[in-house]
Amino acid sequence: MERNLIVAGFGGQGVMMLGTLLAQATCDSTDKHVTYFPSYGAAMRGGTANCYVVISDDEIGAPVMDAVEDLIVFNEPSLHKFLPQLKPGGFLFVNNSIVTSDPGRDDIKVVEVPVTQMAIDMGNPKVLNIIMLGAYVGATEVVPKEVIVETIKNKLGKKKPEFLPMNLEAFEKGYAIGAAAR
Amino acid sequence: MARVFMKGCEAIAEAATRAGCRFFAGYPITPQNEIPEYFARRLPEVDGVFVQGESEVASVNMLYGAVQTGTRSMSSSSSTGISLYSEGISYCASARLPIVYVNVGRGGPGIGAIKPAQQDYKQATKASGNGGFEMIVLSPSTVQEAVDMTYEAFDLAERDMNPVLILTDGVIGTMMEPVELPPMKTPEEIAAMKEARRPVSAVGHSPEEQVRILPGGVGSSFEPVNIAAAELYKSWVDKDVRVEEYMVDDAEIILTAYGISARIAKVAIKELRAEGIKAGLIRPIALHPFPYKSYGNLNFDQVKGILDVEMSIPAQMVWDVEHAVQGRCPIKECLRSGGEIMTKEKVLNAARELAKEVL
Repeated sequence: MERNLIVAGFGGQGVMMLGTLLAQATCDSTDKHVTYFPSYGAAMRGGTANCYVVISDDEIGAPVMDAVEDLIVFNEPSLHKFLPQLKPGGFLFVNNSIVTSDPGRDDIKVVEVPVTQMAIDMGNPKVLNIIMLGAYVGATEVVPKEVIVETIKNKLGKKKPEFLPMNLEAFEKGYAIGAAAR
Repeated sequence: MARVFMKGCEAIAEAATRAGCRFFAGYPITPQNEIPEYFARRLPEVDGVFVQGESEVASVNMLYGAVQTGTRSMSSSSSTGISLYSEGISYCASARLPIVYVNVGRGGPGIGAIKPAQQDYKQATKASGNGGFEMIVLSPSTVQEAVDMTYEAFDLAERDMNPVLILTDGVIGTMMEPVELPPMKTPEEIAAMKEARRPVSAVGHSPEEQVRILPGGVGSSFEPVNIAAAELYKSWVDKDVRVEEYMVDDAEIILTAYGISARIAKVAIKELRAEGIKAGLIRPIALHPFPYKSYGNLNFDQVKGILDVEMSIPAQMVWDVEHAVQGRCPIKECLRSGGEIMTKEKVLNAARELAKEVL
């Protein structure tokens, strides 16, 4: 089985970190094939940022593709740009704090996660991507929850341990929303 | 061995470090900046030297000098930056110096695009500088292959006393994939490698024994040097052709591609087979020497068409494919360029169209 994911948003919303964490966790804790490919413009913050993650039981061909099973969008332009690439039956994860358009498709599963607002309510607007990662793993179960938690501890916990509890809480909050949407 | 998750560029730099590379000079250009960035941090840890040159021309000439000390040395750049290397690479080839360099290709011609492309095939395989010199050119399809090729490139370069080029692209360079890293050469091994090259190094000699890194010497004929080099290039045809042939035996159409495009074509072949189209793949792993025989020896009573898949418009590798096929079956192209990335869907559609036409 192969699962393709596009994550898209503004630079600064943690798009790349979300993709890296998911792919890193898959590499560390499973024997699956996995690729991560980043694509971004010249601006670090406020520009466009997107990345592609492929997780597969078999050899992976293209790390970039025209059609995906899963799409995560953090902002409005990303929804319009990438929605046509989402396969029928696919999962769309929307940051509905700032994305207000109706996707207008009844052949996909939409999971609305108001990550911008949730992150602000938690006291740190930066954790929005971790909430979304939780929602994605909760809904798709593409890799076990414990695997991601372990990677968050290793990758984020070691650099800035003071933020680890908040990141883990953010992940759990998102996971609950995702799991409820299964 | 445990697998680690690494970006192509960083994996190349780590593999080179493990192979004993202790000198790197380069000048920033996207999408290969992670190579110099990694070396800048890594080489000082192993008593190596990292230099950010003031230009590509300065960097390649530092490489020209550094390798003459017997130290394993490399550089990297991207497409338009590699053009600026031409003179220096030609000098290294003329002096028969075992440099290794990497081209992480981007869109072109000119400054082109910062996004990935495979538009430097002809430059890499036919004329990377003046004078008609040749090099072994390797092209990885995965980050693991990029690691293995970089590690081996230094051995090949020293075996032949000739530059080796790794031609890859911005997808392999910037994507992350699990890899197993080769063992780190010990300081003793590195010292032994350097010592083995002392007779042909420009340093470590008494004044009367000094080696001149000028083949033929000043004022004498270059022809013997060129004859010796030509013999070397010919020797590759028998021993250094590297090619992957996948599901070719009963194939009725052949997809052919290298590097990033090849791994996409390979996965497309599995889907085409599932649809009942007997497709196969020929993937040159070494682009030079080119695996002409793999195409020339095809059974053209069975193979009805070839699809050349490249991230280059116009196609470039197709020139070599045509040279091998010599009109015995139609060759179609499936192309992208200028920073647009090949997708499986595009390859599938082109292959289906070819099958409809020729089968």
